[in-house]
Amino acid sequence: MTKEWKPRIVAFFCNWCTYTAADLAGVSRLKYASNIRVIRLMCSGRVDPQFILEALAQGADAVLIGGCHPFDCHYAEGNYKCLRRFEMLKRLLQQMGIEQDRVRLEWISAAEGEKVRRVVNEMVETIKKLGPLGLPKRFEEWDREMEHFAQRVQACDAACGAPQCGHAAASHNPTMESAHV
Amino acid sequence: MEPKNNNDVRIGFYVCHCGHNIAAMVDCPEVARFAQQLPNVVLSRDYKYMCSDPGQELVQKDIQEFRLNRVVVASCSPLLHEHTFRGACEAAGLNPFYFQMVNIREHNSWVHTDRAEATEKAKALVQGAIERVARHKKLEQKKVPIHPDVLVVGGGIAGIHAAMTLANAGKKVYLVEREPSIGGHMAKFDKTFPTLDCAACILTPKMSEVGSHPNITLLSYSEVTKMEGYVGNYTVTVKRKPRYIIEDLCTGCQDCITNCVFKEPKFPDEFNEGLGKRRPVYIPFPQATPQVVLIDPEVCLNFKRGKPGQEPVVSDRCKKTCVEACGEKKAIDFTQKETFETLKVGTIIVATGFKTFDAERIPQYGYGRYPGVYTALEIERLVNASGPTGGHVVMRDGREPKSIGIIHCVGSRDKKTNRWCSRVCCMYSMKLAHLLKEHTGAEIYNFYIDMRTPGKGYEEFYDKLLEEGVHFIRGRVGEVTDWAYAPGEDGKLVIRVEDTLAGYVRRIPVDMVVLSTGLEPQADAQEVRRLFNMSCGSEGFFLERHPKLAPVNTFNDGIYIAGACQGPRDIPDTVAQAGAAAAEAMALIDKGYIEQEPNTAYVLAEECCGCKSCLPLCPYTAITFDESSGKATINEALCKGCGTCVASCPSGSIVQNLFDDEEIFSEIHGVLAYD
Amino acid sequence: MAVTYSYYPGCSLKGTGRAYEESLLPVMRALDIELVELDDWNCCGATAYMAVDELKACVMASRNLALAEKAGHREVVAPCSACYLVLNKTKHYIHESPSVHQVVNTALKQGNLAYSGNTPVRHPLDILVHTVGLDAVKKRVTTPLKGLKVAPYYGCQIVRPYSTFDDQYNPTTMDRLLEAIGCTVVPFPLKTRCCGGSLTGTLPEPGLLCSQIILKEALKRGADCIATVCPLCQFNLDGYHDKIAAKWGASRIPTVFFTQLMGLAFGLGERELGLHRGFIPLQLPATLRAAAA
Repeated sequence: MTKEWKPRIVAFFCNWCTYTAADLAGVSRLKYASNIRVIRLMCSGRVDPQFILEALAQGADAVLIGGCHPFDCHYAEGNYKCLRRFEMLKRLLQQMGIEQDRVRLEWISAAEGEKVRRVVNEMVETIKKLGPLGLPKRFEEWDREMEHFAQRVQACDAACGAPQCGHAAASHNPTMESAHV
Repeated sequence: MEPKNNNDVRIGFYVCHCGHNIAAMVDCPEVARFAQQLPNVVLSRDYKYMCSDPGQELVQKDIQEFRLNRVVVASCSPLLHEHTFRGACEAAGLNPFYFQMVNIREHNSWVHTDRAEATEKAKALVQGAIERVARHKKLEQKKVPIHPDVLVVGGGIAGIHAAMTLANAGKKVYLVEREPSIGGHMAKFDKTFPTLDCAACILTPKMSEVGSHPNITLLSYSEVTKMEGYVGNYTVTVKRKPRYIIEDLCTGCQDCITNCVFKEPKFPDEFNEGLGKRRPVYIPFPQATPQVVLIDPEVCLNFKRGKPGQEPVVSDRCKKTCVEACGEKKAIDFTQKETFETLKVGTIIVATGFKTFDAERIPQYGYGRYPGVYTALEIERLVNASGPTGGHVVMRDGREPKSIGIIHCVGSRDKKTNRWCSRVCCMYSMKLAHLLKEHTGAEIYNFYIDMRTPGKGYEEFYDKLLEEGVHFIRGRVGEVTDWAYAPGEDGKLVIRVEDTLAGYVRRIPVDMVVLSTGLEPQADAQEVRRLFNMSCGSEGFFLERHPKLAPVNTFNDGIYIAGACQGPRDIPDTVAQAGAAAAEAMALIDKGYIEQEPNTAYVLAEECCGCKSCLPLCPYTAITFDESSGKATINEALCKGCGTCVASCPSGSIVQNLFDDEEIFSEIHGVLAYD
Repeated sequence: MAVTYSYYPGCSLKGTGRAYEESLLPVMRALDIELVELDDWNCCGATAYMAVDELKACVMASRNLALAEKAGHREVVAPCSACYLVLNKTKHYIHESPSVHQVVNTALKQGNLAYSGNTPVRHPLDILVHTVGLDAVKKRVTTPLKGLKVAPYYGCQIVRPYSTFDDQYNPTTMDRLLEAIGCTVVPFPLKTRCCGGSLTGTLPEPGLLCSQIILKEALKRGADCIATVCPLCQFNLDGYHDKIAAKWGASRIPTVFFTQLMGLAFGLGERELGLHRGFIPLQLPATLRAAAA
């Protein structure tokens, strides 16, 4: 690591409430940490668990989802569906060894610019304490491990005269990477 | 996922300085240099004001000269200018949905303090947009026709003015009002500031026009209970509450009232703020529109006292002299029930007004404990010639006040109750001071924190009051008490206040105390706003789309707000807003259609596995299942583009225009690719 | 089944305010409540120490709370208004500031004590009106004090700065309690006005004026007596009549503790309730005296 690590948080904000609240925070010139990258969606219900996993896999240290308060979803119930998926995903992440604090769901209404500021700052502090997740780097390490293992198997096979497996011949297997998606 | 280094994609990138707004915190030339070396970027520029005419012309020129087929602009919030830039692209012959915007102002330069960090973040966001826009597809905006009829909810001055404006333009308007008569709060006022016009004189002609206008259907004593549909095509259910009078047959002669078995009116009169009395059969006030009486089943002898929440039951115990007096007209019908009507409209204007602060919440001022303490609305009725005392200012105990204290900011500018300033109280407090002095000749004291006189002629009105000999004491009143300490205080209400200009605490004995109560959202504002799918601010007032540029629009196209339901305001501003809302509605209706953002979802039939898990998710029932083919389909007209079904489809066979999985994955990749 | 509370009397209730304790304990017992005095309690510091050194005052006050926790009863009753406020303030500071909590517990450790910050501190009015309930009180009344006009005086410390069980400006718990035992409660706008507090000792002129204002108004409203909840208020209103008369003219009206009135309504004796300790004796209306005889 040549540069000092700074947390990177990907946020999915719903257009009607949270994105607007973040705009309001901007208009009010509230100041918060710059570690956040906002992706705009129409509704928090659009948040596919795959988005969260992809963000983490691509190098995000945490993911924040912002939606409307219960009862206030612009599309009536999208936020509830988001909540359901989110709760299940958290359990899955826990089993994968990813700390619960790295994914957060917040209800932020269009008038709550201050809440955006507070949540972002809190989350950055939390992630700073947790440290980097660094999944891309870990994927690279695992790929190298598998390569190494494959070479050993190959050597073993060669030593006892067994037919070579095509799998082991490839040094960098592109199909493995797509499995992360 | 590697972005396609596709020669077909030619991106033009622009980063805006926005004067100093962005450039002060983000190094724009640096961002432009960064973008230039990203895949598919043909040209990368930075410019001072992208949204200006020269800025937009620059984009158009570049599109043509460099054969750009994608445009990315990094500037302010898309909620502000996405539309502007899409328009510029379209004018240059490029499909407007090949455009993507990056928010580096509201989400970056305005909220961060470190220039290096802000620039790094800008680069990351820009890369996200550039990778995303490569995946954008050509889309056409849908045109949804707008139903020409309008619904106005609330019959106060805002609703009345909006309805009249639209009706005069030839539109058919439904005006729904919860109370038995339109007129709202303004009908209760005596005179209005600063001109001291008689409120009733300027309001009643408008009310009567509304009542007789051929284009206005007045649904009084009614409430909206449900709103369904989508912009331009709303189906609204209205509950008509039973008056026990057949509206079409009642002539407003009021013989039933004079002949009621109750020889003297006995029940507190709501219109007169409880200061007067009425009979079970009554008309809210003489100029009520419609001129129809109604019967209160809670106190009418012909109804049984039922349990709360239950429908009243006719007991038939009364002589029914009212029916006798009505005679041939036969307008009284005790069996009337509440009914429901369905209206189809294209646009809705919500003008449901405000409620006054409940003075009992501040026990220090003695409202409800001391009979000499009144609210401003009660005084409006006392000084009004058609009020309970005929305009004669007489207190509850029959005395005429010789000294009156008017306390400003009751329930406003107060951390314990409401923080906001209610905007009209200083003016109406002075108006009441003037009227009370005129009616009684009493010594009048106004207790204020600041004098807020922002409107036309308002400060001049204040000057006039100063000359009339009204005493103005700057200090927030601490207490109203009947404890007499100094001589001359016996039998009076003593106002204890720190006179901050004189620098000491004073005791001022008065006969009558007037509390200038502030304005609040209506008690059921939360239910009403959910009914119309609107947002509200933290104080509870309905939220406008943009406080400066869109004060009468809401986040839902086709639904507008006007008047005090959006925030405390005086009559001139209310009328102006009502006109604005009517104009917005008219603009939509006259255009005849609205262009829907094409972010609808559709099912890729060949990939749908028929699991049906998407069906129950759609709140608009836009998804149906075709049993014969075993596939789900989405009705484009009903789809609102929330994307919930897209996220849930296990086979990934539902695609959302503009928010496609591919587009979002590439955006995620882009914002994280730059380390 | 008797309910037990830890009981923190404070210095006044063992000294000049002993009539409060003398009437409180039998009244509670009559309602099936046992007040168990805290063993080895210390002075709470009252307003004096809080004004000098807040942190040390917190430590002193919290020793009593720690003793209460150790005693194991769920809640503590602190009848004296100053004690009630200081104990609640201490609890509040400890909750608000972990560093204060740390300092307190470090000091308490020296005496093998610790305070978690959780034991509620309650006022007898709160317990009587909200936990026991006015119906239960009414049931216990044998001699309703009909015809006795009482001015309810709460004093300032149980409503300012916090008001935990009643309205801050217009409290009514004592009013309702007095009505439940048959008294006629006189409308009294000065129910939370300061009696002068410690000022009567240090700066008598303004201090005694505060007391005189209350006495005069109570008389003006036609009250036969003033019912109070605080031993210092009772002392100020009852103890300086000669000085007050000399300065502003006499305003002689008896000031008693509300528990003494409750005791009378429950049929307990005047001596037993400490009514002989007041400088201005309480005169029951003729009808009641006849009934009591």
